[in-house]
Amino acid sequence: MSETVPFWEAVDGGTLAVQRCADCGHQQLYARDACARCHRRHLDWAPAAGKGVVYSYTVVRRAPSKQFADEVPYVLGLVELEEGPRILVRIEGCEPDDVRVGLPVEVAGPGDAAGRRLPPFKPTFAPSQT
Amino acid sequence: MAWSDICITGLGESPVGKVPEKSSTDLYAGVILDAVDDAGITPDDVDVLITGGSRVDPYLYHAEMMAEYLGITPPTCLTVNTGGSTSVSLLRQAAALLLAGMAEHVVIAKADNLATGMSRDSVVESMATIGHPELESPQGPTIPSLYALIEQRYLHRASLRPEEIAPVAVVDRYHASLNPAAQYRDPITTEDVLASRLISDPLRLLECAPVSDGGCAVVLSRRERASGKRPLVNVLAVGQAHDFEHVTQASSLEYTGARISGPAAFRDAGVSPSEIDVAMIYDAFAFIQCMQLEDLGFCAPGEGAAFVGDGNTRLGGALPVNTHGGVLSHSHAGRPSALFLVVEAARQLRNECGGRQVHGAATALVHGEGGILASHATAVLRAAS
Repeated sequence: MSETVPFWEAVDGGTLAVQRCADCGHQQLYARDACARCHRRHLDWAPAAGKGVVYSYTVVRRAPSKQFADEVPYVLGLVELEEGPRILVRIEGCEPDDVRVGLPVEVAGPGDAAGRRLPPFKPTFAPSQT
Repeated sequence: MAWSDICITGLGESPVGKVPEKSSTDLYAGVILDAVDDAGITPDDVDVLITGGSRVDPYLYHAEMMAEYLGITPPTCLTVNTGGSTSVSLLRQAAALLLAGMAEHVVIAKADNLATGMSRDSVVESMATIGHPELESPQGPTIPSLYALIEQRYLHRASLRPEEIAPVAVVDRYHASLNPAAQYRDPITTEDVLASRLISDPLRLLECAPVSDGGCAVVLSRRERASGKRPLVNVLAVGQAHDFEHVTQASSLEYTGARISGPAAFRDAGVSPSEIDVAMIYDAFAFIQCMQLEDLGFCAPGEGAAFVGDGNTRLGGALPVNTHGGVLSHSHAGRPSALFLVVEAARQLRNECGGRQVHGAATALVHGEGGILASHATAVLRAAS
């Protein structure tokens, strides 16, 4: 398994990191031993801005397992980071009806590395301003 | 040997819905024997046995296990799973073995008993493991929610409202009402679909596949080895495409690999979309059918929902789709669903569909997709002359 400690340290600190190819500059998540663009194998971690836009979203109303039963309903957003990769995160800090494709979002706080929870995201601007 | 020498010679289907008296291996055995009998051959004639494994009975070497159960020793046993595209792409792999002279009769079989072999919670939990284990699954997606992400983006791209997708479920159910073998046969309306509860917005319950028991099997043979017991169906061509495995990794969620697999199949078959008499399109979720109708070239981008809403996909329409009831209403035992599409297409071409028969059906398309719209396979079938 590829080294992911730097990624999860960033998550615990309320930020994000992306894996960057030293040869072609491609940035990717999840972590791999090879670049998914040029296929060479010199990869490092780079800090990410923690900002992006909602590529798509859904409101989960039927939990995948008992572990999530107390959390429904929750908004899952497929967020396209400024650095390029898309990640699946919770969207918080607004009503589900305020989420839409193209909404600018940013990290809203720390995640939880132990539970493999990514940081939640919130709208970059208050809904009335967007 | 040419592709015109590759024929579907035998079909087998189990009851679907709830079949509590059978294990997944019992279902597998039954459909393999039924298909072999339909082909007019014996189990010992099978050179290649291809199965798709089982969620309920995850034998490590599943095809070998089924061969043992049946007391046969086919020299090639393969267990293959690329989700809902497997059964269509396997037509290509089977054809390759037959064309190469490495086999005379290939059996493709799929069965499982998700409805009675495991609890509904276990099915949901098991299927949710499709997410990336480190970055996706811990955030709490279900299979419907991962598909809902694609539907939402599709609705945005095509400027559609969620309610415009509902007719897909209504048409599937209408066809199921004509099929005594289907699991859900009571007709429904658009209003029923929109009144069903939200599972993962914008997906509603009646737009999501049920959980079923059931299975089916297909025999492919070299034409000169066919017994002649049943009408022959040619596999003219199969196109495939594969882009990603996890939704976060897709280059785009606005269009699918059907844009590659479809044209490849049409090109190799020498057939155009307008020549297709009946189509079977994997639709575990209603909106998939709209996207695939567009991506396969049956209508323009963004017009899939209107194509269905205008009645084109109903029996008697310009392109009847999923005459068995589709994944939504015929059954969804998981891995068998795409093979049921192949079986229904072959039955249409064999003129065996009774009240849901498309009159004069000579050329059929089958499209399967697996993962989260990640793997695609399109086949063009034709009644042999």
